[in-house]
Amino acid sequence: MTASTDSAALRARPGDRRRWHLSEQAQTILLLLPSILALAVFIYVFISFTFWVSLSNWRTLKIDLSLREPLFATYVEMFNMVRWQADLRNTFVFTIFFIAFAVTLGLTLAILLDRHLAGHSVFRNIFLFPYALSFVVTGVVWRWIFNPETGLNLLFEVLGINYLLAQAGMPPLKPGWITDPTVVAQVNGVLAMVLPGVDSWQVKWGIPLAMIPVAIAATWQLSGFVMALYVGGMATISDEVREAARIDGASEFQVYRKVIIPMLRPVTISVVVILLHVSLKIFDLVYTMAGVGPGFATDVPAIFVFEQMFKATRYNLGSAAAIIMLVLVALVIVPYLASTLREDT
Amino acid sequence: MVSKRILLALGFVLVLALAVAGCAAPVAAPSGGEAAPAGGEAAAPGAGGKLEVFSWWTSGGEAAALQALFDAYSAQYPDVEIVNATVAGGGGSAARGVLQTRLAGGDVPDTWQVHPGFELLGQYVDPGYVASVTDLYEAEGWNDVVPEALRTLMTKDGEIYQVTVGVHRGNGFWYNKQLLADNGIEVGDTLSVDEFVAIADQLQAAGVTPLCVGDSGIWATAQLFENTLLGTIGPEAYLGLWDGSVPFDDPGVKQAMETYGKMLDYQNEDHSALSWDQAVKKLMEGGCAFNSMGDWAYGEFVNAGLTDNEEFGWVSHPGTAGSFMIVADGFPIGNGSANPDNARNWLKVIGSKEAQEAFNPLKGSICARTDCDRAKFGVYHNWSMDSFANDALVPSVVHGSAAPADFQQGLNDAVTVFVVDKNVDAFANALVAAAQSSGFGQ
Repeated sequence: MTASTDSAALRARPGDRRRWHLSEQAQTILLLLPSILALAVFIYVFISFTFWVSLSNWRTLKIDLSLREPLFATYVEMFNMVRWQADLRNTFVFTIFFIAFAVTLGLTLAILLDRHLAGHSVFRNIFLFPYALSFVVTGVVWRWIFNPETGLNLLFEVLGINYLLAQAGMPPLKPGWITDPTVVAQVNGVLAMVLPGVDSWQVKWGIPLAMIPVAIAATWQLSGFVMALYVGGMATISDEVREAARIDGASEFQVYRKVIIPMLRPVTISVVVILLHVSLKIFDLVYTMAGVGPGFATDVPAIFVFEQMFKATRYNLGSAAAIIMLVLVALVIVPYLASTLREDT
Repeated sequence: MVSKRILLALGFVLVLALAVAGCAAPVAAPSGGEAAPAGGEAAAPGAGGKLEVFSWWTSGGEAAALQALFDAYSAQYPDVEIVNATVAGGGGSAARGVLQTRLAGGDVPDTWQVHPGFELLGQYVDPGYVASVTDLYEAEGWNDVVPEALRTLMTKDGEIYQVTVGVHRGNGFWYNKQLLADNGIEVGDTLSVDEFVAIADQLQAAGVTPLCVGDSGIWATAQLFENTLLGTIGPEAYLGLWDGSVPFDDPGVKQAMETYGKMLDYQNEDHSALSWDQAVKKLMEGGCAFNSMGDWAYGEFVNAGLTDNEEFGWVSHPGTAGSFMIVADGFPIGNGSANPDNARNWLKVIGSKEAQEAFNPLKGSICARTDCDRAKFGVYHNWSMDSFANDALVPSVVHGSAAPADFQQGLNDAVTVFVVDKNVDAFANALVAAAQSSGFGQ
């Protein structure tokens, strides 16, 4: 150390035991640097790369990063595809049904557990258990349940519902479930009046019936998780609040309706944001349960990305879809992150 | 103080490690592919080292057939260690993703499973991932035993790039013989579209589902369309679709779409919930009468213990008698792979009569050469061998031979929509657009 030029500065304060110390801020930055670098490379560099690919001519196995003319041609092409239009519709419909089901069911279960029923810890674990399964397992099981020949429909047969219907001269109850291509509540006409350009869309805007069983399966998987979040939220509400409400003459229903549920608002927001990004990115459950479905009744953007990338080797088209998915998720996540950041500071 | 210093030191080490890893990675990656030959693994031609064979043959019969090829290779080159790089997943859907990543990253396998036609020529020959094997064909005399139509599917600019090991016939039409007999129906040696429609109407009137389809994987119904297309416009016009001389909105093609739509009216209600093999099973159980499928379905009948021409029968898909829809598998030599000499010997072995006679009975396909010993094959495969030797050989689009992968996806997507809306004009327009966007046949 004596002869080193670096040590000149250190020698200026001989005997100072803290000479090795950098400022606190420099230390923080230094320690965070590895993860910041890793994040920059593995997330933001690759997002930029994906965006570049989406603008490129890369559509065979051979890498071709030259830009496609005109610049956003791949995006224009994609939004003109019936399949992509159906995917957007399906994501929208799935998200609404899934979140409505999951929040309602999760909250109901949480309230039931909150009532301190006998054995409620057992029930809590039972309800939470599906969350431990992988989406693939859930998908395969629910595929069997909603198979029109072997699943739930057999139950209608066994329960004699179809016998009764036949006695009454009505056709048997035999829904096609995930194989049903019907789109109900079509709103193309209404949309065309509100949004310009919709009349050129080929896809039927409405509710694809096959999407509902998929939303039910996803609800089965995630409502336990929603319940757990609500149970956690309810635990932080002190008994005095409930007592006070009761003394004021609130019925049990009113206690929940007017006091508990409003106080759980932050939990509800977290739940909705978490479920939203699950539903926007969902792949494995839909892929194993229903696939793309007849007439793309159950296709979702993630399946589109997978098939265009790895089956069709259309890397530019797959990347464009991935970028749109990212934008959709960002629309949900960024405001949420911004608001929590504001609360923190 | 001390603990803080340790923490700081750890931080520095971490940064250093990351920096080193960051610098090292890009240098190390490309060298993986090129450095290996210098590593002494590929010594004298075929005298040792390794051979990496990449495929998606993992299920029972397929794996056994692949092993037969390995055995034939090891008998001649006992010192070469075979690395069996299989990736499970139906039809190679998972394996292709892995292969694409490896090729793009410069980690080229010695040889891999490939379909002739566009998959070989467009995906692997164009970017230069495979090497020519023209001299091997000349040296081994294969030009005399491999049909010209098949060689054409493997040739670009006069150079041939693949050795095909087995051939499936894609335009099979299988039927439940007992069920037809119960309804007083007998199928002859061939079946025209009109004859099928008459039979189907009769069956439907008797409350029997005429056609079983299992299109939870959409390719199965796309194949039904492909066979119907071939049956309606004939092999010449069918080939014309792929070189651009026949457009996809040709009246003949539209008529085929009409017929396909009509066939869909005969299919089982739960078609989109079944896989192709479940549809075959349904046929065996008497749930329906016919199923249009490549002859890998034959293996399902045999595995179920049914007897040829007694419990089940077959005929060419309506209208396709005289044509052979090729669904073939073969192997190329990876360009710049670690062990090119071993790969070359691998192709030499699998192209031989002996290896193909060992492989194909297990795989349920026929030899890609016309001189195999017929006694080694059963009744169905002898029938298929006659067709292979005499009929017009045409490539399948659904199985990657006739058109590029993006058109294949475009066809699947168009079929997915058509199955529901049955709109012939929209279907034809979608195919025209897909061909244009894919840029073939112009």
